[in-house]
Amino acid sequence: MMTKVRVEIPTALRAFAGNQDTVELAGETVGELLRELAAAYPQMKKHVFDDQGKLRNFVNVYVNDDDIKHLDKELTRVGAKDVISIIPSVAGGALTQQQIQRYSRHLIMPEVAMEGQQKLRHARVLVVGAGGLGSPVLSYLAAAGVGTLGIVDFDTVDFTNLQRQIIYSTGDVGRPKLEAAADRIRAMNPDVRVETHEDRLTSENALSILKNYDVVVDGTDNYPTRYLVNDACVMLGIPNVYGSIFRFDGQASVFCQEDGPCYRCVYPEPPPPGLVPSCAEGGVLGVLPGIIGTIQATEAVKIILGKGTTLAGRLLILDAMKMHFRELKLKKDPSCPVCGEHPTITELIDYEQFCGIRGEEMEARDLGKEWEISPRALQEKIRAGDDLVILDVRNPEEAQISRIQGSILIPLGELPERVAELNTADQMVVHCRMGGRSAKAVEFLRSVGFKKVKNLVGGINAWAEEVDKTMARY
Amino acid sequence: MRVVVPAGILERMRRHGEETYPHECCGFMLGSAEDGMQQIVEIRSQPNERTESRENRFLITPDQFKAAESAARKAGLQLVGIYHSHPDSPARPSEYDRDHAWPWFSYIIVSVKGGKADEANAWQLKDDRSGFEALKLEKGD
Repeated sequence: MMTKVRVEIPTALRAFAGNQDTVELAGETVGELLRELAAAYPQMKKHVFDDQGKLRNFVNVYVNDDDIKHLDKELTRVGAKDVISIIPSVAGGALTQQQIQRYSRHLIMPEVAMEGQQKLRHARVLVVGAGGLGSPVLSYLAAAGVGTLGIVDFDTVDFTNLQRQIIYSTGDVGRPKLEAAADRIRAMNPDVRVETHEDRLTSENALSILKNYDVVVDGTDNYPTRYLVNDACVMLGIPNVYGSIFRFDGQASVFCQEDGPCYRCVYPEPPPPGLVPSCAEGGVLGVLPGIIGTIQATEAVKIILGKGTTLAGRLLILDAMKMHFRELKLKKDPSCPVCGEHPTITELIDYEQFCGIRGEEMEARDLGKEWEISPRALQEKIRAGDDLVILDVRNPEEAQISRIQGSILIPLGELPERVAELNTADQMVVHCRMGGRSAKAVEFLRSVGFKKVKNLVGGINAWAEEVDKTMARY
Repeated sequence: MRVVVPAGILERMRRHGEETYPHECCGFMLGSAEDGMQQIVEIRSQPNERTESRENRFLITPDQFKAAESAARKAGLQLVGIYHSHPDSPARPSEYDRDHAWPWFSYIIVSVKGGKADEANAWQLKDDRSGFEALKLEKGD
């Protein structure tokens, strides 16, 4: 026969136990005794256990003088000589009147209500990249009352950001993005705690930064960081709200949520470096990050509230030129190297190398000094009246912004088919915006027999900076 | 149900709320309980054990609770309820209060506006935890 154990009932619950201050129940562990108690006095149950059947957090159970939290919790074994007591802790408090007003449009919605607003308040969201996507994400999550917002960025605000990065104002140009964004968020909603991480996210720091957050929102603009964020989220089991933008095209999804796929299930390999231009190279419609970023913010809020169906397992594709949304079904790949059945990537790797970016830098350096020319040296040659062809390999739209006088325009992509327009005997200087595309052009020209070609270091922007200060930089 | 509180004791609760403003104050109410009536005889103010958000949260630990229960026993009284303040917020229980409330206890909430104690109301959690019932707060001598 099972031994009976004495359980002391606190005053607040005695009315449910026939006004007894002590009852005797059979059980070998604290958990068994408490369930016996709830079975014997059903009205007491909802005051001791929550809807999930867990002990309410203000119900403390002691075995003699020890809190079971410091013993084996509900598995703590008990015998006939032990006395079990239920000791309340008491908590309470208000949302301030101002907070009630601020969130009133949430509080009156059944899907949010007070409970959801408290979830938002206790939520911790990390936004990687405070740029085009990060701007609306941070703004809306701050306004919604997300209690803690972490931001990773190491850039300063630049004039070229202002066309789409709406969290910054003209007066912020030159300021660190983290500082300007944190100021703006605090001004919007002083309830929000901002945690700034002024660092490039790396394989060394990613896990220790991400592990402190409930949801990660990816607002990065490059492949190495995107794979890094994905892999770290898989390893830590944190949902990753993904978005990407280019010109008129956008994508959004939710990765690593419960049993859903991860970014690698969809894109196992990065594109070859240079194939997919970045926004800095190809441009982006200013409102596009506004659309995709607000979708990401919506998904983050739904994940926190635990309401609705997220984009997990679906890739939302936007063509803003046609204003057409499309959806692709995504499946978890059982052979995915990070989240599959037999993962081969179990710790963070070198993502720059994985994306082939370090390799590209090496090639650019291999070009060698004899294949380069500085803006000043070019200016000297022009002044000296040297016979010289200046080849611009940018797109025609870029040539409308700035142009070195006398240059001829052949966009990089058209160079192989139009190379016959050039003469190998000519002295030639090739340029683009920053020097990357023109380096590829020089390499190509070299491979087809041009020997007198040089790359303009730093591109037309360096020319504008050092030689012709009246010229626009972009 | 009604709660009878001597005017001097109610005044002490109000003053406690003003002293801790802009943070919440909290404490135990000791007295006797019989059908349909609680008589408050004594209060024991407690430090708010929260380390953050004290402007809208309070916490009383199990150790404080055990000490108050034994003090009540020695005085021949019962622990019958809890009082706390709502700085710049109405004297109504919040959702957080409901989530953390105990049945049977009476809860007196003092609203403190801009550092000055305002109205005070008494409440009791409904047995099904669905909300609070307003109690009649009577001033005794």
